[in-house]
Amino acid sequence: MDLIYAILPPKVLAQIFVGLSRTTILFIVSSGLSLILGVLRIPNVAHGSLYMIGAFMAFTISKIFGGGDAGFWAALVGAPLGVALVSLAAERGLFQYLYEREHLMLLLLTFAVSLIFGDLVKIVWGAEYKSVPVPHVFQGYVYLFGGLPFPIYNLFLLIIGPIVAVALWLIVNKTKIGKISRAAAVDREMVGAVGINVSWVFAIVFVIGCLLAGLGGALVAPTVSVTLGMDHTLIIEAFLIVIIGGLGNIWGALLGALIFGLTQSLGILVWSQFGIVFPYAAVIVVLLFRPTGLLKSTW
Amino acid sequence: MLRDMLEGRGRIWWAAVVIFMFLLPFILPRFYLYLLSIILLTGLLATSLNLVLGYGGIFQFHHAVFYGAGAYGTALILTKTGLSPWISFIVGPLVSAALGLIMGWICIRLSKLYFAMLQISLGSLVWIIVYRWYSFTGGDDGIHGIPLPDILSSSNNAYYFTLVVTLICLFAMYKVIKSPFGSALQGIRDNPVRCEMIGINVKRHQLLALIIAGFFAGVAGSLFVVVDNTVFPDMLFWTLSLEICIMCLLGGWFTFLGPMLGAAIIIALRTFVSTYTTYWALVLGILMALVIFFLPNGVLGYIEEKIKKGFIEPVIKE
Repeated sequence: MDLIYAILPPKVLAQIFVGLSRTTILFIVSSGLSLILGVLRIPNVAHGSLYMIGAFMAFTISKIFGGGDAGFWAALVGAPLGVALVSLAAERGLFQYLYEREHLMLLLLTFAVSLIFGDLVKIVWGAEYKSVPVPHVFQGYVYLFGGLPFPIYNLFLLIIGPIVAVALWLIVNKTKIGKISRAAAVDREMVGAVGINVSWVFAIVFVIGCLLAGLGGALVAPTVSVTLGMDHTLIIEAFLIVIIGGLGNIWGALLGALIFGLTQSLGILVWSQFGIVFPYAAVIVVLLFRPTGLLKSTW
Repeated sequence: MLRDMLEGRGRIWWAAVVIFMFLLPFILPRFYLYLLSIILLTGLLATSLNLVLGYGGIFQFHHAVFYGAGAYGTALILTKTGLSPWISFIVGPLVSAALGLIMGWICIRLSKLYFAMLQISLGSLVWIIVYRWYSFTGGDDGIHGIPLPDILSSSNNAYYFTLVVTLICLFAMYKVIKSPFGSALQGIRDNPVRCEMIGINVKRHQLLALIIAGFFAGVAGSLFVVVDNTVFPDMLFWTLSLEICIMCLLGGWFTFLGPMLGAAIIIALRTFVSTYTTYWALVLGILMALVIFFLPNGVLGYIEEKIKKGFIEPVIKE
């Protein structure tokens, strides 16, 4: 114990763990964005809105189940599925007709969709702050390294993050749909020519990506106040993470999220008023030296 | 008539339009003058974006930063220093142009989506600094009740000032686009590799375009200070940037006056819709989706297409 404290003062260690829990949320959301950007090449601005919808759905579902432990677990499963349904409708209804258009059009279309989602959330849930209770199992603190208080819920987040990363890696690299989607990312026409319905492959990939946004929203809901506008900063952060990690690369998203989460939490120690400047500065440094991201991008 | 106007002939019609604009304060109530001033300066902002986005093919996704920088530059000189107010109207745009130079110089080595993301990152940095630096910029409250020279304090005069400055800037930007530099810029948009081959310095042209666009966005920001007397950090937020993109798209990318028309439509519609419902974003989103699907060249682009048969549309190449 003393050795660890000698290297890292408790204050720094505490901030590292705070940063790591933030990293988990950022990673889950941005890995979905990265998947969509890598395979479908849609810069999906509406991804942030889906994250917000996930958080609001988690609120509603947990309320239906009485707000207790059962509510939390139901929300954790139900909210991502709900978001997946919403995204399926958006993909089949709108995006699938525009894959051939240039990026700018796609980006503006997804921005239009995010505006629509934002107002729909306002209509359905209203503009008040919502809060989702932390389940009893995860209430309270654990004491790391003999005396460093750390919320149990955040510990739970630290476990979820790697699980999602590995699951996503398995889906993309080991399943048939993952292999097809990677092939379709490289050469869409060729995959179509061997008799695969590329349109539906894209829809499935899109839905998986958005499901992750919903999961991120459901996971973050107990730690923050769920409110309108929570999508605005997150989507920019997610985009930057995807870019510095390498487009379409899951491990890149993890690396990017780590950089973003840690520079933010440690930056607050250095300069509390402008702590949030550090992750953006880190992104600029990365892009200046590695213009196409730290790891290999898919396109 | 319309055809003459769009093709750059028909000066007499344009003169009539301008004279009509100058006479408006005699017939319109104060609120509509304010609205018209906002439309003019937002149109100027959108036109300056279109200079790099439509004509330059550069993914300038965070244009609002230059607008906000110009506004804050002007507002800070007006409130914190005893300098002549007229100097502030020059300093604002120059701050934006300098920011355009710095951000452009950093970003220009990347292209397309990477350029856009680096720019959004840098722009967000500027936004955070403005948002958090309470003692200097007023933080999230912004700065209110900015003292203006007496001559600009009446709404009629503010309107005239906005109108004159906007017209001068539009004329200047039109000249830029029609100049050899403007032609080179459009050439770079359509085929950067070939332009590089025939000896055009692609990066330098693009950088210059970014600085010019930043400057005029700064002018629009300064005009906002004149018309509204306030500045606030949302002027630098990325959602505004995409809204300006939407204005360009709605009016028409590849037309000079399209962005002005787009700004007019969106601001007029926003004012109208807001009196009935708070769900303006919903209306804007649906409108945008419809435009992207059915009018990809924008309103003015569509009209031009109808007027001149055989009009060849330029395409932004991937």
